[in-house]
Amino acid sequence: MSAYRRGLRVGATGLTIAALLLSATACGGTTRDDTDNDAGAGNQASGAANPNAALREGLKIAFLPKQLNNPYFTVSDNGGKDAVTEIKGEFKEVGPSEASASSQVSYINTLSQQGMDVIVTSANDPNAICGALNQAKAAGAKIVTFDSDTKPECRQVFVNQVTAEGIAENQVKLISEQIGGAGEVAILSATANATNQNAWIALMKTELAKPEYSKIKLVTVAYGNDDDQKSFQETQGLLQSYPNLKGIISPTTVGVAAAARYLSGSQYKGKVKLTGLGTPNQMRQYVKDGTVDAFALWSPADLGYLAAYAGAALASGQITGAEGDKFKAGKLGEFTVAKDGVVILGPPTVFDKNNIDQFQF
Amino acid sequence: MSRTGAVAPDQTAEHAPTDPGQQRRGLTERLLAVRELSLLIALGLLVLVTTLRNDRFLSGQSVKDLLLGCAILVILAVGQTVVIVTRNVDLSVGSILGLVAFATGTLFVSAPGTPWPVAFVLGVALGALCGVVNGGLIAVARVPALVITLGTLYVFRGVDYYWASGRQINAADMPQSFLRLGNQTVFGVPVLFLVALVVVAAVGFYLRSYRSGRELYAIGSEPAAARLSGIPVGRRVFAVFVASGALAGLAGVLYAARFGTLDAAAGTGLELQVVAAAVVGGVAIFGGSGSAYGAALGAVLLTTIGSSLAVLRIDPFWQQAVVGALILAAIGLDRLVALRVAARLRGRSAHGA
Amino acid sequence: MAHDSLYAAPPTAEAEPGAGRIASLRGLLGSWDAVIVVALVVVVLLAGLTVENFATGRNAQFLLLDLMPLALIALPMTLIVITGEIDLSVASMVGLSSTLMGQLWLSSGLSLELICVLVVLLGAVLGAVNGLFVTGFGLPSLAVTIGTLALYRGLSFVVLGDQAVADFPADWTAAVVRNIPGTSVPVVVVPLLLLAVVFAVVLHATPAGRALYAMGNNDQAATFTGVSVARTKFWLFVVSGAVCGLVGIFWTLRYASARGDNATGLELTVVTAVLLGGVSIFGGRGALVGVLAGVLLLGVLRNALQLADVDANALTIVTGTLLVASVVLPNAVADVRARLHRRRQRQPAAS
Repeated sequence: MSAYRRGLRVGATGLTIAALLLSATACGGTTRDDTDNDAGAGNQASGAANPNAALREGLKIAFLPKQLNNPYFTVSDNGGKDAVTEIKGEFKEVGPSEASASSQVSYINTLSQQGMDVIVTSANDPNAICGALNQAKAAGAKIVTFDSDTKPECRQVFVNQVTAEGIAENQVKLISEQIGGAGEVAILSATANATNQNAWIALMKTELAKPEYSKIKLVTVAYGNDDDQKSFQETQGLLQSYPNLKGIISPTTVGVAAAARYLSGSQYKGKVKLTGLGTPNQMRQYVKDGTVDAFALWSPADLGYLAAYAGAALASGQITGAEGDKFKAGKLGEFTVAKDGVVILGPPTVFDKNNIDQFQF
Repeated sequence: MSRTGAVAPDQTAEHAPTDPGQQRRGLTERLLAVRELSLLIALGLLVLVTTLRNDRFLSGQSVKDLLLGCAILVILAVGQTVVIVTRNVDLSVGSILGLVAFATGTLFVSAPGTPWPVAFVLGVALGALCGVVNGGLIAVARVPALVITLGTLYVFRGVDYYWASGRQINAADMPQSFLRLGNQTVFGVPVLFLVALVVVAAVGFYLRSYRSGRELYAIGSEPAAARLSGIPVGRRVFAVFVASGALAGLAGVLYAARFGTLDAAAGTGLELQVVAAAVVGGVAIFGGSGSAYGAALGAVLLTTIGSSLAVLRIDPFWQQAVVGALILAAIGLDRLVALRVAARLRGRSAHGA
Repeated sequence: MAHDSLYAAPPTAEAEPGAGRIASLRGLLGSWDAVIVVALVVVVLLAGLTVENFATGRNAQFLLLDLMPLALIALPMTLIVITGEIDLSVASMVGLSSTLMGQLWLSSGLSLELICVLVVLLGAVLGAVNGLFVTGFGLPSLAVTIGTLALYRGLSFVVLGDQAVADFPADWTAAVVRNIPGTSVPVVVVPLLLLAVVFAVVLHATPAGRALYAMGNNDQAATFTGVSVARTKFWLFVVSGAVCGLVGIFWTLRYASARGDNATGLELTVVTAVLLGGVSIFGGRGALVGVLAGVLLLGVLRNALQLADVDANALTIVTGTLLVASVVLPNAVADVRARLHRRRQRQPAAS
């Protein structure tokens, strides 16, 4: 009787010990202090750019968004598709059905196996997909990131919708105009992990510290996890916790739509102002019923379009991703690569009831 | 040969309702009442604490928000209860909800003039159809529900994704009369919540007072015994999954009306919340006991926790952890009460002898 | 085997437990492993012949690396499911291990070796909590681990909040993806194989392993064989937790990123692989060979379809269908066989 039990316990303990040993294989004692991290190893803009090189035809360009089934990425990938068609390349869109870095890695591996010329991706995690991207680069692919960047050394070019400063400036200005330059405001963000959101929020705080905004007080940052229902609940929580709240900034398309829906069905409609980054299709109704005065966004289609051209320019040798390289992006005109291989699409468009009907996305 | 012969002591307590004996039956009902009461107390305490910190929590607007917020979860939890009492589980409800919600949106986009009652009928029918797939596979092919509905969780969601292929349906695409349902109130009570109340009352009454309703408990307590006593187990289990699918379909239509913005991901991961609501509401995961009222209260409690954490400005990172701890506490408490009762029963029968 | 006479019908199986049915079920299930292995071979051959870039060394490396977490967790999961329990909290334990590793590396100043040991211990503690609720308090594991699924995932967000820790030493992150020199097989496959052998020996060649099957069939009867059911199950949950800790380390180093949402949703894939491998969800039957073949089958299918540019949405449908088919098919076949068998046996039984 006890033999079995002992056998099992010995087995279990043995396994645990084996696991421990496995995990402590190298007994050097690696601590955080003695690893100097090669942060910012720099952009490997090797070789010289030839701005006069013609765009190669038949380039295989693949788009790997954060996830499929996300309308925002569907629109931007379609923009990319238009660009690829213009330059007579082969377009492909692949991606996981849920936004996770690990499944993106497996797609990057697949793409590099398939010998893609350009991989255009939006990173679910700035570090997690780096290894796979570097392998793909070693296999000959050019890497362009858009919307969400990786570490600079893992890609050649990052196509940024707008500078983080630009967004922070725009959002703070919009809310200040709407609440008359004074009062309490709150931010409704996406997930607490979202790199770009956190960067924007940090810069909004800097922006709010300027003297012209001294009468505006940022009371809190809430996280709606880019989940409609959660964002809805968080908006509701904000209004209850801060009775003097005058305005909400929600720099995420999911959050701003949920917050608008909550406000439009509540007693706060029109009294508490809301602005943020949203798509005209989602927000049209709330702009028309007076819940929202104005909000902003770049064109996701143009973003994809520009990213595809940047990739083609890289693969054709027009640019290497070094600062100062110039390339033409079809209907959008000429762009210059800035520091760290960043290309900027341009200032966001502000939508209000006068112009919103001109936009369909 | 079957489990009837040698029921472990711990199973006796869990499956107390099996015994048709009058005394035990009364006791089970009392136990359930105790459960519902303690849920109400927990809910009351939660609201009290939150209100003390912030008196806006009990304002009309806030109560309306709460009722609106819990309606969909309540309907799903009630549907899940019907399944769980038969010792099955339906993990595909979140995917069914997503599929039906998207179908509803698509219906309005492709046939703009559709009156909203038609959307309701079609939505419930589509949900029921998904339920037929589940129930058919389970009852006919005699395969465990957990596995089948885990599979159809993927399949229904995949179909939904495939169909939507990245499209999104916006509030502007749906008729105002339909969207208004999602926010309208009657005497200050949201319509959505009234719908949920009707569902709870109907299912609760059915489970308690109909012969076939009681038979579901018998099936969950001891399938073999239920079959021996002439209950058409296969047919009942099939019907249960169709009902669960139909309710998920109803929830899907309501979801569309309430949220207005729809993509293929609607309701992802909802199944765990639904099971959690039922478990917190006192529905035993291995069948045979639990009530629709309890499950509904469980759903209200979970939603209220979500809202009050937001109001109390507790670090949002804690929210999921709290829900998990609550589930553990709820099942632990159930177990404790069941043991107590079992001990008392033993004591009583000893006196009798 | 000692527990032959203790075979009972699974709790919700609809069929009456006739002796004929059981005999043919076992006969068939003996061959279910074979079916999966054959299916695996067929899929690999087909993919190798028809899918471009499939049969390359690099692809093998990617495939195996992607499968590591799944394969590792499937080992203890198999044992747990065989005893009739389930552990749905595995992915959350991986997530919590990963963020804890990140937090310790970020702020404790301990050596990474020590941190790894601590993380595996933490995993074991998390598993012990599951085990305590299930065996100590006698609660259904399905409900308990749904609870801890939420709890551990929530805690993993509490540990690191909105941060992601990424500055792990490069030689460590490179080590986990390195190949065995001269091959395209990652070195991490070696510990996996060692663990698999240990688990297989415990399950198939020790009295304790046989007792696991007895438990899955009937707790009561298992108790009569002299095995402490509660204690055994408790330790299984502990082992499951420890392995998840190990996977947490692997995950963190492979993706060089410790963050709260690591491995979200992995539990469903693990359960799918285990069931696909022929383990009964009611406990009492299944083998490790089948499970490992199931893990590989799942991975190879996904990889090949991905390389063939099949939509991710179709992959979701394929996974679901595979799972349903893997339980419907054997049951349907067993049914037909049982019916035939009974017909043959009826005469002698009646007389």
